[in-house]
Parts: sequence; structure tokens; C-alpha cells
Amino acid sequence: MSIAHGLLALLQDGPRYGYQLRVEFERATGSTWPLNVGQVYTTLARLERDGQVAGHAPDGEGRLRYELTASGRETLAGWFSRPVTLGDRPRDELAIKLALAATAAGVDVRAVVQVQRVATMQRLQELTRLKRDPGPTVSGDTDLAWILVLDNLRFMAEAELRWLEHCEGTLTRARPAAATSAPAPAPGSDQVPDQPSADPQEALR
Amino acid sequence: MSTALSLVEVDRIHGRGNAAVHAVRGLTVHVGVGELVAVMGPSGSGKSTLLNLAGGLDRATAGQVLVDGAELGELSPKELAKLRRRRVGYVFQDFNLIPSLTAAENVALPLELDGVRARTARGQAVQALAEVDLADLADRLPQDMSGGQQQRVAIARAVVGERSLILADEPTGALDSETGEQVMRLLRERCARGVAALMVTHDAGHAAWADRVVFLRDGAVLDDTGRPSEPESLLAGS
Ligand SMILES: Nc1ncnc2c1ncn2[C@@H]1O[C@H](COP(=O)(O)OP(=O)(O)O)[C@@H](O)[C@H]1O
Ligand SMILES: [Mg+2]
Repeated sequence: MSIAHGLLALLQDGPRYGYQLRVEFERATGSTWPLNVGQVYTTLARLERDGQVAGHAPDGEGRLRYELTASGRETLAGWFSRPVTLGDRPRDELAIKLALAATAAGVDVRAVVQVQRVATMQRLQELTRLKRDPGPTVSGDTDLAWILVLDNLRFMAEAELRWLEHCEGTLTRARPAAATSAPAPAPGSDQVPDQPSADPQEALR
Repeated sequence: MSTALSLVEVDRIHGRGNAAVHAVRGLTVHVGVGELVAVMGPSGSGKSTLLNLAGGLDRATAGQVLVDGAELGELSPKELAKLRRRRVGYVFQDFNLIPSLTAAENVALPLELDGVRARTARGQAVQALAEVDLADLADRLPQDMSGGQQQRVAIARAVVGERSLILADEPTGALDSETGEQVMRLLRERCARGVAALMVTHDAGHAAWADRVVFLRDGAVLDDTGRPSEPESLLAGS
């Protein structure tokens, strides 16, 4: 997903000013993806260059309105009809972090998992509160957009928590010694971090 | 916020000497009036022990358990039984309704056991059922109700009378996720009216309905989402 696709989608409804697009984008995505005006205008300029949108002549206050071109409409239709693939998404930082924590010497991986569990649970509590007591309703369409985004965020957080719980189990089985927190190495202990050790506790120091 | 339930530095040890098992050790948990607290943790981490200690079904080996300010360890067996009947309501995963009794009879049962006259008990039971939106099913048997309805009956039974503490062990465990959410909504409503609830669950989505989520490990509190975490270093020795 790019900002460009988002703007094209909003222009499907008719011509819009840049600042309008920014407001509508944030409303549709439940403010989960804040944009600054600069990003909106840079993206519009690029879309205009590529023939995806056309700018109207400035109005009395010098503001520009944009509309979709036929080519922009085609791009948009293509985007909606294709499923999102793995390559479209950023890699998950958390998965990489845990993989590196498990690889790097001196990291208590279970503690990394637990810190994340608390943070993600707090986030899920916040999202659940939003779902529980929905704010004042706006227009029907915007509401629906917000519900879809909110549910996505909740389910992602739930999935992450399930995965983290699974990680805890996996780590407990793989490194039972971690059940008691690993003590810090004595100052001046001559440890070679890169060398795998026969003592499972050693790996945690 | 005043405290409905406190466990302070509680140990529960089964057996002695080499065979001793610490079901919980140095466990400290507080639940405020009107607060809903969820408990999560791997199997064997002490969740059920925590609920049993809180409800006076099990006795601490060391430490204090206070319900509404009363220290359970100092109560006589008779006083403890009374507190269990009057102040504490239980909700279980499998609802635990008596199959041969109607919804209203199930809800009235704890009151009648406590000596409340049948008519009064029935009146209070029907009102508790109305509060969980089941007034129409008061005379139905459990077998003629859905799982979600049965669990709502169980919640009505847990709160009927002047109960101030609900202890729930996997109350949504046997329900689909939609029905589970209804049960969570109901527990929240009860808490909004001043009941305190401590609920064990494996479902993160349901735990997130709570004001706080407490994570247990090895019989003690590992983390609590209501407590700001210290920015301690995760790199040992750094
Ligand atoms: N009556 C008992 N005798 C011996 N050990 C027990 C007894 N009850 C619980 N335990 C032990 O105490 C620990 C905590 O148990 P429990 O509270 O049931 O955990 P959970 O509900 O989180 O699975 C477990 O290791 C369990 O085996
Ligand atoms: Mg248990």
C-alpha cells in the first residue's frame, strides 16, 4: 500500500483539494496513518507527472483541486483487484528482533518477549476500549472504514499475543535454564561471546 | 480506589521437605472495588490457586488474603463459610448449573442456602436474570439454553444478593468468540456497578476487556499492564 493508492481511492469520489485528501485519508484509516500535508502534495505532484491525476486551475484562493484521469482509474482498479502480497508489506520488525535476540550473545530472549507481551496487551486493551465505547458517529461510510481498520488492529494484536505466548513456550522448552533470570556476568569475566557454549546458561549471559 | 481483594506476599506450599511444591510464592495481587482484572499465565503458573485462595476455598501457607478488608486467615471456619456464601460469586468454564433446576432456581440457590426465604430469593433471582437480559428464560432448564445463555445464568448466580467479588475461571473458555464477548461485556457492566472481578483466561482478546492484565509465572506476578514497566536493560551485564 502506498499513499498514492490511498489518494487515488479518495479521488474516485470526485475532485478534491490536497488538504481535503489529507483529512479524508486520516479519517478513513482511523488516524492510524497520519500524513503531513507535505507528503500529500509531493505524492500528488508525482501522480500528476505520471498522468494518474490532473490538477485543475487554482481557485480564487490559489488552492489546487485534483481529479482522477483514466489512467489513474485503471491503476486504482488494478490495486483493488489484486491481493496484497508479502512483498507489499514491510517486514515485521518484531520477528526480526526476536530472531536476532535469540542469535545475539547476552540477551535474555524471554525478557524481550515479555516486554513485548505487556506492551501489545496494553495496546489491545486500548483498542478494545475504542471498540467498546465508540465515539460520536460520523457518516455511515467513515464509520464502516473505521470499524474495518479497528478490527484489523485488534486481530493483529491478538495474533501477536498468541504468537508471543507460543514463543515463551518454545523458549522455555529450548532453554529451561531461563526460568530463573540470568545473572549478569561478573565484572572482568573473560567470556567469548561468539563461541557457543556447552552450558545452556552460558548462552544467556 | 478502595480494595476489594488483596493477596499480600502469599505462599501456598503443597507437601513438605523435598516433595514441597510452591503453587504460588510471594504472590501479591490487589483488585480494587469496581475493577476487572484478568489473569494470564502458562499452565501450572498458579492461576487456579490464586482464585481458590481469593475465594477462601484454599488457605495460604504464608502471607495474607483480604476480602473486603477481612483477613481470611483470621476468620473461623463458620465466618469463612459465611463470607464465601455472601460476598463471593464463582463462574466456571463449564457453567456448573444444576441440570434439574430452572434458571431462576439455580440463581436463587445460593440465597436459599444462606437462609433467605424462598419467595424473596426467587424475586432477587429473577431480578438478577433480568440484569443479564434473561428474564424471559427464568423458568427454563439449562439443557434448553445455549452455552452463552447458561453462562449468563451463572453470572447472575455469581452476583445475586450482595456479592462484591466475582471469581471467574475461564468463563469464556467454552464459548465462541462472539458469545465470549457478550460475557465480557456483562462482567464489565457488573464491575461498573461496583463489583470487583478476578478472571482467569487464555484468550488475549477477552483479557483485553479488563482494566488490568496480570501475567503469572512460577506462582508469582511477572508483569501487570497497569504497572508502568521499568526501563531496565534486557542485556544482562550492560
Ligand atoms: N493439591 C496440590 N498438590 C500438589 N501440587 C499442587 C496442588 N494444587 C496445585 N499444585 C501445583 O501448583 C502449581 C500451580 O497449580 P495451579 O494453580 O492449578 O496452576 P494453573 O491453574 O495456572 O494451571 C502446579 O505446579 C500444580 O501442579
Ligand atoms: Mg487452572
